[in-house]
Formats: sequence, structure tokens, C-alpha cells
Amino acid sequence: MSYNTSFLLAIEDLTVSFDGFKAVDGLNLYIERNELRVIIGPNGAGKTTVLDMICGKTRPTAGSIRFRNRELVGMPEHQIVRAGVGRKFQTPSIYENLTVFENLEVSFPRGRGVAGCIAFTRTADVVERVHKVAGEIFLAELLDTPGALLSHGQKQWLEIGMLLMQEPELLMLDEPVAGMSAGEREQTAELLKRITPGRSIVIIEHDMEFVSRIAHKVTVLHLGKLLAEGSMEQIRNNPKVVEVYLGH
Amino acid sequence: MSDYSFSELSSIFLMQGFAGLSLFSVLLLMALGLAIIFGQMGVVNLAHGEFMALGAYTVYLCSSLVHSYAPALAGSYFVFAIVIAFLVSALAGYLAEWGLIRHLYKRPLDTLLATWGLSLIMQQAFRMTFGAREVTPTLPEWLMGSFKPTDSIDIPINGVFVMGLTLLLTLGVWIFMYRSRLGLHMRATVQNRAMSGAVGIRTPLVDRLTFALGTGIAGVAGAAFTTIGSTGPDSGSRYIVDTFLVVVFGGTASLFGTIASAFGIAQGQSITGFFLEGTMGKVAILMVIVVVLMIRPQGLFSSKVRS
Amino acid sequence: MNTFVERFLGGRRGLVNLAILALLLLVVLPLSLSVFRLNLVGKYLTFAFVALGLVMLWGKGGVLSLGQGVFFGLGGYCMATFLKLEASDPVSTAIQSTPGIPDFMDWNQLKALPALWIPFKSLPFSLLATVLVPSLVAFVIGYAMFKRRVGGVYFAIITQALALILSLGIDGNQGLTGGRNGITDLRTLWGWDIRTQHAQYILYFVTCALLLLCIVGLQWLLSGKLGKMLLAMSEREDRVRFSGYDVSMYKVFSFCLAAALSGIGGALFVLQVGFISPSLVGIVPSIEMVIFAAVGGRGSLFGAIYGTLLVSAGKSLFSESFPQLWLFCMGGLFIAVVVLFPNGLAGLFDQLGERILPWLKRRRESAAAAPATLEPAIETPSEKGASS
Repeated sequence: MSYNTSFLLAIEDLTVSFDGFKAVDGLNLYIERNELRVIIGPNGAGKTTVLDMICGKTRPTAGSIRFRNRELVGMPEHQIVRAGVGRKFQTPSIYENLTVFENLEVSFPRGRGVAGCIAFTRTADVVERVHKVAGEIFLAELLDTPGALLSHGQKQWLEIGMLLMQEPELLMLDEPVAGMSAGEREQTAELLKRITPGRSIVIIEHDMEFVSRIAHKVTVLHLGKLLAEGSMEQIRNNPKVVEVYLGH
Repeated sequence: MSDYSFSELSSIFLMQGFAGLSLFSVLLLMALGLAIIFGQMGVVNLAHGEFMALGAYTVYLCSSLVHSYAPALAGSYFVFAIVIAFLVSALAGYLAEWGLIRHLYKRPLDTLLATWGLSLIMQQAFRMTFGAREVTPTLPEWLMGSFKPTDSIDIPINGVFVMGLTLLLTLGVWIFMYRSRLGLHMRATVQNRAMSGAVGIRTPLVDRLTFALGTGIAGVAGAAFTTIGSTGPDSGSRYIVDTFLVVVFGGTASLFGTIASAFGIAQGQSITGFFLEGTMGKVAILMVIVVVLMIRPQGLFSSKVRS
Repeated sequence: MNTFVERFLGGRRGLVNLAILALLLLVVLPLSLSVFRLNLVGKYLTFAFVALGLVMLWGKGGVLSLGQGVFFGLGGYCMATFLKLEASDPVSTAIQSTPGIPDFMDWNQLKALPALWIPFKSLPFSLLATVLVPSLVAFVIGYAMFKRRVGGVYFAIITQALALILSLGIDGNQGLTGGRNGITDLRTLWGWDIRTQHAQYILYFVTCALLLLCIVGLQWLLSGKLGKMLLAMSEREDRVRFSGYDVSMYKVFSFCLAAALSGIGGALFVLQVGFISPSLVGIVPSIEMVIFAAVGGRGSLFGAIYGTLLVSAGKSLFSESFPQLWLFCMGGLFIAVVVLFPNGLAGLFDQLGERILPWLKRRRESAAAAPATLEPAIETPSEKGASS
């Protein structure tokens, strides 16, 4: 097991099996700082499971996940978040009964313990950050709208915004543009490129056009194993990938 | 414990063991029905005890009718009464599912409250129909008495009968669920409702029948119960918490777990109940169960489930 | 001033609700009821503490506990223990074979005060115990359960088991706890006779004052971030966890809070009614306390109070005149509250308000009378948006 400190995220030998079925099998994956990595692959390849294991939702059976040289395996979810890892889920997961402002406010990384929560007051720095993030996610005009009333695409943005409030160093997005219109996809691509500096982003996506617009590097998973890795060009021309996923 | 000699102790253990076996049978029968309803369907039926009492009262009713109108049948009616108890409780469960439970599938906590309300209503109905005092059916001759293999061991026949009935029913349930077409439909509906509906299984009807099966088994438990104790309006509530704990303790998805759990709890209660005063035996066992559940909430025998 | 009203009184609507309740409890009822009936109301109000706790735990937090009787009983027994010791001084118990210990201990052939009872000779200790003992028990159980993600139905069943364990445990240990009869024959609180009519009046007002204080305190808690978090957790626990919150500690907090409130209720019960027994601890009373909150509206603090008063009063009335009918009604109430009006009276009231107020507004023809106090059926005090 290597203890290389230059990678932001180092996944080594990651394996998880459910009742004998290996969803992820001996995976090695390395993410650098300021990188935007896209993970693609057919359904059942284990992509979401990898994210689940990084953020602590699922426990791997073997292997290690080191984030800034800290071992994440075995840490409770909320501590992984506090360490700087943000996860966006496949279906938009926002608080429908709270307004956009409140959704962002509760994601502010202060007052997360019970005592801190009770003592929390909406100080100027909170308001400032909410307005800033809302601007980034195109929702500056909709701060008073209840989450339930947003469109699907806006909910996706809100969820990204909620993660941005935490100022994560690693952002993990699971199909961020699913269900979005072409225009919204463009905006999202621009948003993601805008927020990459200073952190790393890992995205799972199926929309190849979107991927080619944003990815620095692409990783292809198949049956829980790494199939190929490289730039979008390299991946598109890789015969194995074409056969398994991209080809017809 | 030191006041007893070794042979006395072993006799005590054996006799308490048999007393525990009767309790085990009742708990297992109750837990079987509940495991189907709660373990499989996820419905919390706090009125399950009352369906048991319904079965017991049905047997009592049969007994009264037979003794008033057809005394000749006094020896043979009992087995039929058990079948009738099954049918009556199953029918009641069928109606309950149709009228109440099916509206609440997505809200398990609310189902809990609603079935508690149902249990209150049923209890009061029993009270008004049969009176507040406890009743016992007149048991046929062949159920009375006991075997006496040695001088200090006394094995009551009714205990053996109940055990035999339990065995039969457990086997029957297993065969039904895992070897019959309807059982297959039930398991399919529980595991994947949408798909089951898509392949043509009438899921609402299957739900109703599953629930009815569960309550029907409770009715048989009630019938069995009449051989070892008397029945009153609140007999059902006496065992409901135990039954739930049996199901949860054993791991809700495992039939074997339910059996092992019922056995352990019943024997535990029976044996500690002899050495500790009064109900403290029960308290001790309950505490052990709760502590174990706090450490291992999925129960003793549950299989690993995907996150 | 505005923020004060917002945060402590739940906005203008909360202020109005509080004023109405205060008027009812502190003025209307004492003037219109005999001291006997007022004492009954006082008893019902002690149950209202439990209902308040359930609003926080269940209505806001989504966690159902069927064992609040445990905490009510623990608080009650702590208070009763102190009062019993006071009533068992060597002079009054001179005729016992062992003077200076409670009568039931004497009947059980005990020769000395059990060690567990000794600290309760002190009033400060006993008062603290009525709040701390339930909270501590809740902490231990809650921590063990919530850290392991035990929730929902499983948790409810285990709380039921706990209620059973405690009631059986008290029942079976007559020498220590007074057994099934409970602890009775209580006389004075630090020399002050609690059985006189004068004392009953005072205790009633003390209960009301504490209740109103608790409501204000809970409103304050709910109006801040905690209220939003509880709402978020009951809606989307996973998302909250992945925003860096340790959800289990919030549940532990709510559980301990509900336990503490129930403990206070139990202590006040003992003071007003003069006894405690396992019949207030077990499964049946615990689930009755749930119905109080459910009927009033499980998400509404004020609803919980009115629900408690109504159901308790109904129970007293009905079980006197129509005992047969009462259990049917009770069962029917459980079902009705769950199937027909899940938000209880508060929900019905809100729906009524939503229909009447626009009509009133149209009648007034004035934009100034905007129904700013109209809120959705699930009451979250102060969700007035970002601008405040």
C-alpha cells in the first residue's frame, strides 16, 4: 500500500461484495488536485457504489481510500463530510419544505453539532456566502422560493450549491445533468469548470457530449473493474471501451 | 438454587422446560403469524394478540355450542374447532386489511397506532360479548391428564398436543410459502411489488391474503392457548410485546431465527421465572433481549443486507 | 421587539396562541371551575408536558416513542420518594415495627431504608433527579439505539418493551417501590401541606406557569436552526448526514428533551394528585400519551395541550357515564386520527382558517388585513423566509 501524498484522493485495491457478488473488484483510482474526473461505464459497473464507499454510505470489504492522506474507510459519514468531501446524489436531494436560502443556510459549515445548532444565528458572513453561492448556481433571484417549487434542473443546481457552501475539497456528483435541457447542460458545464480550481471534482455521467466538454480525464469502469483511463479522445478510440460501452 | 438436590434440579429444569415448551409453542405460533405480517410485509400489527384471542374465543364458542346442542361430539369437536378458529381469524384479518391496513402501507408508524386502536375495539367487543371474566372451553377427555415417565416428572398431554400442533403448522407454513404457487406470489409481492403487479399478480389481493394468513395462524395460536390457559378480553395484549420481541430478536427475515428466538425466550422466561420472584423472570429476560437488540439491532439471525 | 416575538413566541400567530392559552388556563378555568375540577385540569396538564415532548420528538423529529410513561414515571417516582420520606419521619411512623421508613417497607419486613432511597432525603437532589434521571436514561438508551440507526418501528417497539420492563419491575419489587399500589399517602413538601385546597390552587398555577414557560422555550428552540434541522432530518435524513451533521445526536437530544419534559410532568402529577403507581408507567398509559399529541396535532405545541385536555376530559366524562362505549371511542379515535386527520385538531383548525380567512378578507376589502399569519398545515414557527 503506497502512502503517496501528492494525490488528493487515492483509492487502492477497493473491493466490495454483497452476498458474494463483487460490485467493485480491486479498483485503483487516483485523483489529483484541481482535476475534473469523469467516471463512465455501463449500468452495474459499480460507479455509484464507488462514490457510496468514498462518502461512507457503504463499507468496502477490502481496500483503502485515502483523502489528503487520511483513511476514509471506517469513518462515519458526517465526519467524512467535515473532512472536506461533498456528495451529490443521483436524484436531487434537497429540502422541499425549506426555501432556497434556507437550503443553503443549513449547509453552512457552522453549528453542525447540537449545541452549535441551537446557538446558531444568521450572521452577516452566512448571508454573504449564501448570496455568493446562489449567484454561482444561477438561483440568485429565487432565494425565497420553497425548494419544492423549483424545476428539476434548478434542484440539481441547488444541491450543488448546498455542497459548495461546505467548501469541499472533493466534490462528487452523480449524474448532475440527468433530466436537464440542453441549455441547462451548457450552464452546468460552465458552472463546473468555474468551480474546479481549488478543488477536485469527480462526476458520474452518461451524456458523452457533456463529458467531452468538461473532463480533464475519463475513467471507464466495467463490472467493478477499471477498464480504461485517459483523455476523452483516447477513451473514444479505445476498442475495448467501444465494444463494452460506447459502440453500437 | 442451592436448596435443591441435583436430581431435584434436573426435574425442575425438565418440568420448567416442558412448561417453557408450552409457552414456546404459543409464542412461536404468534410469532409465525407476526413474522409473516411484520417480517414480510413490514406492517406492524399491534392487534395481533386480539386475533389470537379471537381464535381462543371461537374455540370457546364451539365448545359451548357443542355441549349445549350436540354433547355426543364432545370428544371430537376440538380439532374442527381449531380449523374454524383459523378461518374466523383469517376472515377477520382479511376484513381488517381491506378496511384499514391497506390505506396505511406507506406509513408504518401510523399503522402501529391504527392497529392499537383496532385492538382496543376488539378487546371491548370481547368484553361485551363474552364478559370481563376469563373463560375456558371444555376440553375433550383425551387432552387432559399427563404422562408420568418417572415419579418426579409430569408431562402434561395438552402440552404435547400444542407442541405437535405447532410443529405441524410451522411445517405447513414453510411448505406453503416456499413450495406453493400462492406462497410464491406472496413472497414475490413482498419483495418487489411493482414487478409482481407487472407480471400479472394481483398484488392487493395477495396482500390481503398474506395478512389473513398471518392472523389465521394467530387464531390457531389462540386455539392452542386454550389448552394451557384461560381466555379473557386482554389475553391478547399479554403476549403482544413478547411476540414482537421474538420476531425482532430472531431477525425478521429468518424463519429459523424466529423459531430459535421463540425457543430461547420462552425457555429463558420459564426457567428464570422459577428462581426469581413472580414476574421478575420475565423482566430479566426482557432486559436481556433489549440489551442484545441495542448491541445488534438486526437481530440474531438476519443475513447481511445491501446498505 | 420583533425578533423577540419571532424567536420566543413563534411570530404573531404564536403570540396570539400563547395569549389565548394563558387566558384560558390562568383566568377562565380558575374562575369557572370548582377547586376539585381545577385539580383535575391540573392533572391533565401534567400529561400535556409529555405531549409537548412528543411534539418535539415525534411531530418535528419523526421518532415515535411508545414508552414516555417510563420518563413520566421516573420523574414522578423521584418526587414521590422525597415526599414519602418526608411523610415517614420517625414521629408519624412511631407505631411501625421499624419507624422512620415508609409504611409499605415496614409491611414488607424491611428493617432499614434501602440505599437507593437515601439521597432523596434532600429536596434539591430530588428536584434535580426528576429532570436528570429521565434524561440520563433516555441518553443511554437513545445513544445505543440511534448510533446504530435503529429507528422507526423498531425503536417504537423497544420503547414499548422498556415501558413493560419498568412497570413489571416496579410491580414486582414492593419493598423498594411500593409495588402495584405505588407510593401513596403523601402529605407535605418541605413542611407545606400539599393536600389543602389552598395548596391545590397554588400547584395548579405553578403547573400552568411551568407549562407556558416550556412552550416559550420550545418555540425558541424551534424558531432557530434546530427547528429547520429537525424538519430536514425527518424529511431527508441522508442528505442531512451528508451535509456533515451527526443525525443520531440530534435524535438523542430530542429524546432526552422529551424525557426531561415528561419527568417534570410526572413530578407535578405527584404533587397535585398525591400518588404515583406503575399504572402510569406501562404500555397503556404511554400509548395514551401519544394519542393526546396525535389528536391535538403532532406537529403543534399548542395542539398538544388542547389535545391532552380534550381527550383526558373526554375520558373522564365518558368512562363515568358510558364505560362500555369509552374504549370503542378510544380505539376509534386512534384510527380516525391516523386515517382521517393526521395533523389533528391543529391541522383541522388550519384548514378551517384557510377557508374562512380569505372570505373575511374579501369582506373587508382591504389589502392591509393580509392574512400574514396563515401558515401551512405542518406548523414550523417562523419560516418567514430569508428577509428577517
